[in-house]
Amino acid sequence: MALTIGVPRETLAGEKRVATVPEVVEKLIKLGFSVAVESGAGDAANCSDDSYRASGAQVIAGAANLFAASDIVFKVGVPTTDEVGLLREGGTLIGFVWPAQNPELMQQLAAKKATVLAIDSLPRMLSRAQKMDALTSQAGVAGYRAVIEAANAFGRFFNGQITAAGKVPPAKVFIAGAGVAGLAAIGTAAGLGAIVRANDTRAEVADQVVSLGGEFVKVDFEEEGGGGGGYAKVMSEGFQQAQREMYAKQAREVDIIITTALIPGKPAPRLITAEMVQSMKPGSVIVDMAAERGGNCELTEPGKAVVKHGVTIIGYSDLNSRLAKQSSTLYATNLFRLAEELCKTKDGVIDVNMEDDAIRGLTVIKNGEVTWPPPAPKLPPAATAPKPAAAATAAKKGHGHGAASEPMAAGTLTIMFAVAAALFWFVGANAPAAFLAHFTVFVLACFVGYMVVWNVTPALHTPLMSVTNAISSIICIGALVQIAPPLAGGAPPDTWIRWLAVGGIALTAVNMFGGFAVTQRMLDMFRK
Amino acid sequence: MSAVLSSELATVSYIGATILFILSLGGLSNPETSRRGNLYGMIGMTIAVLATVFGPRVTAAGIPWIIASMVVGGAIGLYAAKVVKMTQMPELVALMHSLVGLAACLVGFASYIDTSAPLAGAEKTIHELEIYIGILIGAVTFSGSLIAFGKLNGKIGGAPLLLPARHWLNLAGLLVVIWFGGKFISSHSIADGMTPLIVMTVIALLFGIHMVMAIGGADMPVVVSMLNSYSGWAAAATGFMLSNDLLIVVGALVGSSGAILSYIMCRAMNRNFISVIAGGFGTGGGTPAPKGDAAAPAGEVVPISALETAELLKDAKSVIIVPGYGMAVAQAQHTVYEITKHLREKGVNIRFGIHPVAGRMPGHMNVLLAEAKVPYDIVMEMDELNDDFPTTDVAMVIGANDIVNPAAQDDPASPIAGMPVLEVWKAKTSIVMKRSMASGYAGVDNPLFYKENNRMLFGDAKKMLDEVLVALKAA
Repeated sequence: MALTIGVPRETLAGEKRVATVPEVVEKLIKLGFSVAVESGAGDAANCSDDSYRASGAQVIAGAANLFAASDIVFKVGVPTTDEVGLLREGGTLIGFVWPAQNPELMQQLAAKKATVLAIDSLPRMLSRAQKMDALTSQAGVAGYRAVIEAANAFGRFFNGQITAAGKVPPAKVFIAGAGVAGLAAIGTAAGLGAIVRANDTRAEVADQVVSLGGEFVKVDFEEEGGGGGGYAKVMSEGFQQAQREMYAKQAREVDIIITTALIPGKPAPRLITAEMVQSMKPGSVIVDMAAERGGNCELTEPGKAVVKHGVTIIGYSDLNSRLAKQSSTLYATNLFRLAEELCKTKDGVIDVNMEDDAIRGLTVIKNGEVTWPPPAPKLPPAATAPKPAAAATAAKKGHGHGAASEPMAAGTLTIMFAVAAALFWFVGANAPAAFLAHFTVFVLACFVGYMVVWNVTPALHTPLMSVTNAISSIICIGALVQIAPPLAGGAPPDTWIRWLAVGGIALTAVNMFGGFAVTQRMLDMFRK
Repeated sequence: MSAVLSSELATVSYIGATILFILSLGGLSNPETSRRGNLYGMIGMTIAVLATVFGPRVTAAGIPWIIASMVVGGAIGLYAAKVVKMTQMPELVALMHSLVGLAACLVGFASYIDTSAPLAGAEKTIHELEIYIGILIGAVTFSGSLIAFGKLNGKIGGAPLLLPARHWLNLAGLLVVIWFGGKFISSHSIADGMTPLIVMTVIALLFGIHMVMAIGGADMPVVVSMLNSYSGWAAAATGFMLSNDLLIVVGALVGSSGAILSYIMCRAMNRNFISVIAGGFGTGGGTPAPKGDAAAPAGEVVPISALETAELLKDAKSVIIVPGYGMAVAQAQHTVYEITKHLREKGVNIRFGIHPVAGRMPGHMNVLLAEAKVPYDIVMEMDELNDDFPTTDVAMVIGANDIVNPAAQDDPASPIAGMPVLEVWKAKTSIVMKRSMASGYAGVDNPLFYKENNRMLFGDAKKMLDEVLVALKAA
């Protein structure tokens, strides 16, 4: 029987997102599900009840009624105790859960015999899972919005301009942390015309920074900051010292700082001290995207924009809700991709397949049994990367046509020369002079052929075959000289010979004319 | 009537013709010069034929015969050249090889019967040996090419026919041929020598049939180029037989050309020439190929629709198309061109990657794409763009399998291990067009299909590409 997906209204204060949007409802229905949406669920994200109805969803008033009607609940925010209470016994919940931070919630959900897929627990290193990666999609939106907030609070243009009234210098933006949010911010700020610099403890992201139009600022200290799974790790004291100096220098130079530095399971690193804020030009802006987790800036006040030492410090934690329609659409698509994975049969029934790496990682509770944390994911790809590269170089040997091949081993060469010498000696000792003259021509012609044919471009191998075919009809000459040779005493030629020769000429004529004609036809097609 | 040209003038004309033939092959080094090369070939051939006809060895009595047979043969040849489809080129080439082989046989027999130039002693022995060898090569070329033609045409199944103890059969055949060779040379009259000569011809014909029957469909590029080589050697042997240097030179040119092509094809499959000729590899789903432990790829294939393919192509900045024999079978090259044209107008950097053994004869794919008007400067050899796959957005494989199999690099136990392949899996997304999940000619499973960035577009290549084109144009 087809299952019903229920989408309640988000209850957390300030949460404007909704777990599915009308466009995605249609796709979910195509997968075989029924969709129920709580009345008013999408209002804050510009999705009216009518638009949900139009796309085929059922609109139900009241959270209690909705939860009662739903086999699977799609949510954005972490569910509240009330919501868990409403969840059907043995039902399925998909959304953000953060099992590490919310052990009590996990207990409550387990007691409900629920199956819970935490979208935040997705194994992000599986490239197959990227389409379901809501953390990435939401961080991208937040990074964009962070730049927009900064532009809003900043008193100047982002791009440099030369106006009749004079020259306007471009804004300088420094982005700390080049994760998904940081990269989105780099792209957005560069798109607005600012000079963008960025730093990350993981040196491998430098190329991505540059590709988005940013400039990668290195910390003058050797240490690798990749902590597995694409996240950063805590760095050594020496590194942190060098990093502080670099930040202090950037703070004095730039107009806008956007910080996105987070370390999983740890408070956000303190990157911007009060002194650095003081050293910034008046009117500068700091957007602290890590405000919720303690903030990268010492002076951040979570959820608020404050002005300190003449610098606007923005600590909003609801950047996604400030772009509710976009965030909801991307989130809804992520959940739809997950639904596709769960329902491969397209009959509206889900199969939580624990053999599948991606699903295994997502599932934190299955039928009331806590399955979190999942077994350790496979090694991060950085460790294995050098191997395929080495294989590729090894495989490259022996490629290539006509390229100079390695010289033959001396032993093989000696044997070949010895065999050739023996053969030539045999021929020379036995054959008459007339034969040797022809033999000379033959051997030399073989070498000429070898040299000439190696130069033929592989694209023309088929015309080469047809043209060699045509010129091998030179055998015709053999037949021509037999058809009516000048015989001693004018004796009539042998009829057998004549007919054999006629046959030979006719056959070779097919080749001669056909071969050249078809070659010409082919070569005429080779056009630039 | 005396000859128009003296023997010396005829010889000089032959030298001119030889030079023109060499220039003709040399011209093929570049598509720009190739048309002129072909013209040189035609001029050379005309000079050679005219010099012979008007030379001292042909009397006026023969001219009507010559014209009649030339007109008949030439008309057939021109007609065939006009109507042949480019996908049928391998068949036509194989058929033409067989004609050269047959002509060499006829000339050999006629030369044996011909007593106008009596020889004695070592010269006679050598002359007879030349006849014997010339007919031998000619007969093998003739029957082998006919079988190759049948296989390429689909009239004979592609699977190799493996007789029990086939190597012993071949060896026995060779011994019989040598024994009759001895009898033939020691015979005193033409009537005496005829029997061994005919027996040898029959054995040579059977040997040609047997040899090509034992070779599978995927090895056809090697076979076709090998027969190309044989037809050259047959011409060279005829030249020795008639003491004609022009024939010897041209035969040697063609022979070495075919030999080089065979060598290139073998290397492109990382196989030994002998093992190809010994046969039995290109099974076409016959004998199960030995599988390495790692050859059983895990995971699932992700299908994709024509519509989604069009989306991917539209959003791509660079695309590489890898065509294979499947494209020729489905006659999809014209649709491929339409898609190429459309994408190029949209500014997509689209190129073609050609594996040396893609298709059924050397350069087969190039000719098909050229026929469809794809400009040759975007059609690349494997080595020219194998390094570019990591920066390619979409790699599209049309009807090819073994030539894009990563197992050739990753799995030393794979039967195709070490064969150079196009590294399509390094592109951001690869799309494989295929009729079903059946394995390629080598009978090897392809781990590419299970890669996470690979998508499968199932269905007839032509039909699916038409749908992709419609979707692209609609967008």
